Amino acid sequence: MTPVPLRPDLAAVAAAVPAGARVLDIGCGDGQLLAWLRDTKGVEGRGIELDPSDVAAAVGRGLAVVQGDADTDLADYPDAAFDVVILSNTLQAMQRPADVLAQLVRIGCSAIVSFPNFGHWRVRLGLALSGRMPVTRSLPVSWHETPNIHFCTIADFEALAVEMGLTVERRAGLSSGRQVAIWPNLLADTGVFVLRR
Amino acid sequence: MDEHFGLDRRVTLPGDFPLAGGGVLPELTIAYETYGKLNANATNAILVCHALTGDQYLASAHPVTGKAGWWTRLVGPGKPVDPEHWFVICANVLGGCMGSAGPSSIDPRSGQPFAMNFPVITIADMVEAQARLLDHLGVGTLAAVIGGSMGGMQALTWAVNHPARVKKVVAIATAARHSAQNIAFHEVGRQAIMADPMWAGGAYPADKPPAAGLAVARMAAHITYLSEEGLTEKFGRRLQDRDAVSFGFDADFQVESYLRHQGLSFVERFDANSYLYITRAMDYFDLAQPHDGNLARAFAGVQSRFCLVSFTSDWLYPTTESRRIVRALNAAGAPVSFVELESPFGHDAFLLDAPEMNRVVNGFLTA
Repeated sequence: MTPVPLRPDLAAVAAAVPAGARVLDIGCGDGQLLAWLRDTKGVEGRGIELDPSDVAAAVGRGLAVVQGDADTDLADYPDAAFDVVILSNTLQAMQRPADVLAQLVRIGCSAIVSFPNFGHWRVRLGLALSGRMPVTRSLPVSWHETPNIHFCTIADFEALAVEMGLTVERRAGLSSGRQVAIWPNLLADTGVFVLRR
Repeated sequence: MDEHFGLDRRVTLPGDFPLAGGGVLPELTIAYETYGKLNANATNAILVCHALTGDQYLASAHPVTGKAGWWTRLVGPGKPVDPEHWFVICANVLGGCMGSAGPSSIDPRSGQPFAMNFPVITIADMVEAQARLLDHLGVGTLAAVIGGSMGGMQALTWAVNHPARVKKVVAIATAARHSAQNIAFHEVGRQAIMADPMWAGGAYPADKPPAAGLAVARMAAHITYLSEEGLTEKFGRRLQDRDAVSFGFDADFQVESYLRHQGLSFVERFDANSYLYITRAMDYFDLAQPHDGNLARAFAGVQSRFCLVSFTSDWLYPTTESRRIVRALNAAGAPVSFVELESPFGHDAFLLDAPEMNRVVNGFLTA
């Protein structure tokens, strides 16, 4: 069976996962990334997901997925339980992003974090010209309805990582899934970071 | 046809059967049913464990009530546990009253029913009895053990006490210990039975059971299987076959009539002493107790994959208990899936139509 191709931002995350790793995917949705990693990289994957029907779908793919909330449930996991902990496109929905980041690098030997970059030129331009909170292609919900409550730019994230004393092992800015060569905080719609404690 | 397999089977395994509480049974009788065919390598066996008042009639008609099997929504052709593919075993628990050794069975040493001379049993004893049955059937390793409520307690105990014999565990609407509230409700039921003069210290004749006491026990317990929301939706304050309240103590309200019916019909199919012994076994259940209350340590040696399901309106074994098990399994490094499903039907939700539960169990079993 050929695995279904991944969404571009997930593909960038997947590329950073070593073969055979023990992986925890936080906010794993219906398990697309975990299933892909299992089928093509032989990883031993676990997931956490808030939405019960997504959990059901992921378990239906044969994945070990627990319904839970990253804001409260990560404390239950032992130190260094995983080689890699993934938080893809979920950081912005966390109540306490810094606490969650601290948990990621505690539970995992390394953490891969991807998030929408609100430093992207289209976001900056939109706010500057319309004077309204940006609604982007990847996050098409207005400010009062969005579950995404903590937006940041690539530069903001970088600063937080420094402040928390985390080691940034790799960083990439993506535009429509392709890595941008220069000015990621302006040209990338998504930031992907590999962090260590 | 091999007499080991099929519907309405019963076997007596000779030799002492020692129990966790120190008692010993001189032999072990187990009543059970099997569905489907054990494959040549004996790799397709699934054990389904029943709840407090369940029995071995998992997917076939009940001999007393004539009702269809108690879990035909999960087990049967086209269902997640399809006998076309799986060899399914369901045994009446130790202490039960549908043919397995229990207080109503005959003590071979005296020729009389055991009654209260039956030794006190535990959930672990129930599991040991099932293990003996599997030995007899030639099943070494279970592809899965599945149970809801008390059945889930047995399923978890299987993984802890026989780690090498269980590949997958499905534990639904269950707990790793009985809470003070769980014990309290059971004590109300037991006291109702023992307060009935017909109980006679447990030595009642089979045709003169403490029916009133057992019916009250069932009525109280049945409330805990439902939810306030479910009761309100089903009955509200609606009256039973009348237009106004009677200013008396008839079953004015539909909910009263319903509970009375539940109590009376239960008495026809269940033994009061069995109810005492099995509720006691549940009250004694605490997987973490031998490990100073550390549940993760209880799971330290497990080799199974786990799937837990809870229901939002289940206040008997609430989601917090399932989460406690999930946390401990995670800490023990065991692969675990867990989902809390939306349902207004309380604890009983696991026995009702639950397409999401079926989807989860199906995915977990086939993966």
